[in-house]
Amino acid sequence: MSEPFLIGEAMTGGYGAVDILHGCTIAVERGEIAVIVGPNGAGKSTAMKAVFGMLKLRAGHVRLDGEDITQLSPQARVAKGMAFVPQTHNIFTSMTVEENLEMGAFLRRDDIRTTMEQVYELFPILKTKRYQAAGELSGGQRQQVAVGRALMTQPKVLMLDEPTAGVSPIVMDELFDRIIEVARTGISILMVEQNARQALEIADKGYVLVQGANRFTDTGKALMADPEVRRSFLGG
Amino acid sequence: MDLLNALVAFLNFVFIPGLAYGAQLALGALGVTLIYGILRFSNFAHGDTMAFGTMVTILVTWALQGAGVTFGPLPTALLALPVGIAATAAFVLATDRVVYRFYRRQKASPTIVVIVSLGVMFVMNGIVRLIIGVNDQNFADGARFVISAQEFREATGLAEPLAIRTTQAVTVVTAVIVVALLFWFLQKTRTGKSMRAFSDNEDLALLSGINPDRVVAVTWLIAAALATIAGVLYGLDKSFKPFTYFQLLLPIFAAAIVGGLGSPLGAIAGGFVIAFSELLLTNAWKKIVTYALPESMAPDGLLQLMSTDYKFAVSFTILIIVLLFMPTGLFKGKSL
Amino acid sequence: MSARNLALFAAVAALYVLTGFMNSWNTSLSILNFALLATIAAMGVNMQWGYAGLFSVGTMGFTALGGLAVVLVSARPNVENWQAGGLGILLALVLGALSVAAAIVAWRLLPRGRVRSLSVAAILIGGFFLFRAIFDPNVAAVEAVNPQFAGNLGGLGLPSLVAWPVGGLLAAAVAWAIGKTALGLRSDYLAIATLGIAEIIVSVIKNEDWLARGVKNVTQLPRPWPVPLEVDLQQQPGFLAFVADWGWNPVAASTIVVKLLYAGLFILVLGAIIWAFERALNSPWGRMMRAIRDNEVAAAAMGKDVTRRHLQVFILGSAVIGFAGAMATSMEGALTPGSYQPLRFTFLIWVMVIVGGSGNNWGTVLGGLLVGWLYFAVEFLGPNIMGLVTAGLPDGALKAHLVGSAENIRLLTLGVILLLVLRFSPRGLIPEK
Repeated sequence: MSEPFLIGEAMTGGYGAVDILHGCTIAVERGEIAVIVGPNGAGKSTAMKAVFGMLKLRAGHVRLDGEDITQLSPQARVAKGMAFVPQTHNIFTSMTVEENLEMGAFLRRDDIRTTMEQVYELFPILKTKRYQAAGELSGGQRQQVAVGRALMTQPKVLMLDEPTAGVSPIVMDELFDRIIEVARTGISILMVEQNARQALEIADKGYVLVQGANRFTDTGKALMADPEVRRSFLGG
Repeated sequence: MDLLNALVAFLNFVFIPGLAYGAQLALGALGVTLIYGILRFSNFAHGDTMAFGTMVTILVTWALQGAGVTFGPLPTALLALPVGIAATAAFVLATDRVVYRFYRRQKASPTIVVIVSLGVMFVMNGIVRLIIGVNDQNFADGARFVISAQEFREATGLAEPLAIRTTQAVTVVTAVIVVALLFWFLQKTRTGKSMRAFSDNEDLALLSGINPDRVVAVTWLIAAALATIAGVLYGLDKSFKPFTYFQLLLPIFAAAIVGGLGSPLGAIAGGFVIAFSELLLTNAWKKIVTYALPESMAPDGLLQLMSTDYKFAVSFTILIIVLLFMPTGLFKGKSL
Repeated sequence: MSARNLALFAAVAALYVLTGFMNSWNTSLSILNFALLATIAAMGVNMQWGYAGLFSVGTMGFTALGGLAVVLVSARPNVENWQAGGLGILLALVLGALSVAAAIVAWRLLPRGRVRSLSVAAILIGGFFLFRAIFDPNVAAVEAVNPQFAGNLGGLGLPSLVAWPVGGLLAAAVAWAIGKTALGLRSDYLAIATLGIAEIIVSVIKNEDWLARGVKNVTQLPRPWPVPLEVDLQQQPGFLAFVADWGWNPVAASTIVVKLLYAGLFILVLGAIIWAFERALNSPWGRMMRAIRDNEVAAAAMGKDVTRRHLQVFILGSAVIGFAGAMATSMEGALTPGSYQPLRFTFLIWVMVIVGGSGNNWGTVLGGLLVGWLYFAVEFLGPNIMGLVTAGLPDGALKAHLVGSAENIRLLTLGVILLLVLRFSPRGLIPEK
């Protein structure tokens, strides 16, 4: 089997002296959805940030399309085709929806109108609210702005940190549908999710982390079927 | 009773001076608010930045006057202004490189950076006094009036004159142009939008690939331009004295805070709120009231609520009221 | 105290001794006295900033209040002026204070809404006009009496030493009012508010002639016990005999003795303050203050009333500054409101605290004496030094300009020192333990 499109391999590291990740490996294939789940404090978000370069690794590598990007800054990784949607503070609240999208495309020097139309097709509500300040939108709409902003760079990998935190179940389903649509356009998706059951349902690959290390790794379906995973992490 | 003359007196003594002073404060407050929004500290050196820019402009004005160059009816200082702006911009950019950048990289607390700005204030203050001295400098030239008292009287036949000084007209026109340019820049240009994005959410701006060093440099450039323009307009309208510019810090900060620190629109509104409050409270209303009331009710006193010596108390009081009752200001502050 | 710190103090002492030998002991002692007073004020600033992290830049205002206290307490009373309208002014002030109090009470008691806003506004506006109606004619009457020499109410004619604590109390009272409003807000708001109040205090003293003659200055304030007037000393047989024994000039010797007495007095006060502050710093109270400074959120979570502690330390620090201000006016024998400049009375003090080591009392003393020497030495020696520096230049406008602007180079130097210390030694010469 050839190497995955994006892989964070045997990552070890943390914010201070104490390591949070212990040889953790996360990978995603082209156009697939990979989901990281696990109990609170398992290092899910940390693993994601490590892949994005927001955390110094003491050991391990991150490779994108075969190229080692371990030493690159997050900004440089954006230029390489990675996009990241933080869990909170992920939009410019005082700017309009359209300006948010423009800022997402800040690094691009070509015409961004086509991409913007694609984002509006994916999230039609944003088009109707394009001149409204993003801070005035509802929680679900803000998440759409956040994802839309990240898509503006035309990334090859989209990384989402708990995109459904704090939104209603209906909105959550809708967001997951949109994420599947994004993946169908050939963009790899790596996301951390609190709502493990729903997330694993749409996942091609699932990673169950415990204490900064891989506990179970399999396809989403297989993990859902695994009795031990169900008992320990999916509430029966 | 003579309402027309009362109105003219009001325009002459309150409205027109207030408009000019308000515009000067608004430009100063815009600089403070921009620095606060992007660099996230209260820049105590802003008054002295204004003094520095004005000083350079005055020196160039003198040189131009010496060479026989004038600007017709307009003040020669307007010709010298670009040089003043360039020198101030170079100075603050150098300051940022030598002083502020270190604390930005360290992510030092805003209070420490404010104390650092005190040090910068000392240095600028010392340089200005060293070069131009501590005394009043009057550098306004060109035509003194757009409308002189006599012309107005002859044209209208009213007893009360209305005089508009050239410097007042220049102040208001320049301020309108500068503010329009600034808002166009912030709202419409890529760099301007990236500044607003940076002010709104620094981390996300970095994730979007916005270059923080560039944003900071552009902010200093604009702040230097605003400070120099505000300082030169104030100096033309009144006079230039280094200590007065230091004292302007209070009304300027009051304006920025009243409007909501970080909000450009608020800074403009705040500038006019402070300027008009100052003039309304320190103006002697006797003349206007005498015109407005029937003769039998004419007042004896000056009808001055507060001596002009206490004009700082006005900005201070408004500042305190705003801090107590709406700490984020008229326009919610914190982002451009 | 470590050997390093002792060496630092010895080096600063050497500066003063050198000034004594190279220039004159009179100059050296003058510099020392100014530096001691500034150091005492710096102790107050250190308490606010070093102990509690409060960023107040209103030092000048509190110093000026101390100076005002000296006039109000120790100047001789101007009976005729009092009779002209003193009681009227007092009545007006009391009424003014009552209307503010009434407005606050109304604000607290009335339910939220338009009625409350309107009635508070009505009380304040009505109170203001009532105040002015009584105040203005009485002020005019007081200022009309003997304006050449008095024109003010004068003081109580009490000894200068009484005026010092009164200066502290006056400063404390004003600090209470500011602290009540501005503490608990963002730190730079306190800075702006204190900067503003300082300007306002000074402009009140400058403009209210009935109070302290404004810019006409009050002179001939009495000396504090036990400092005699030089002319009296020169008449004293014992002193003359002593001077003759040593072969000194009686006039020169008398000025030295007076300055030495002042220095002794100030060192006594400074010593008492250091002793009290050291005890406070090492008490549970001091540890709590530092805990609050280092982590306000955690301290608040542990049930500490942060704003109340801040108010306490702000008032205490301001009182010390007021005390120092009163001593300064006593020593000068005159209140000259025009001399209150923020660069000297606020920012110089700050530089002392930061250079010395904020949070450390001994550091502040060292910083005060060192920076004080640098600052005042330029005041006394500046033109000479500049003359030396520019000796090589040809005579002309540039040289005259440079010699004349030694004062301004001092500002530049202070700024550079402040920036260098903040950058390379942010904890100061003697860091906090």
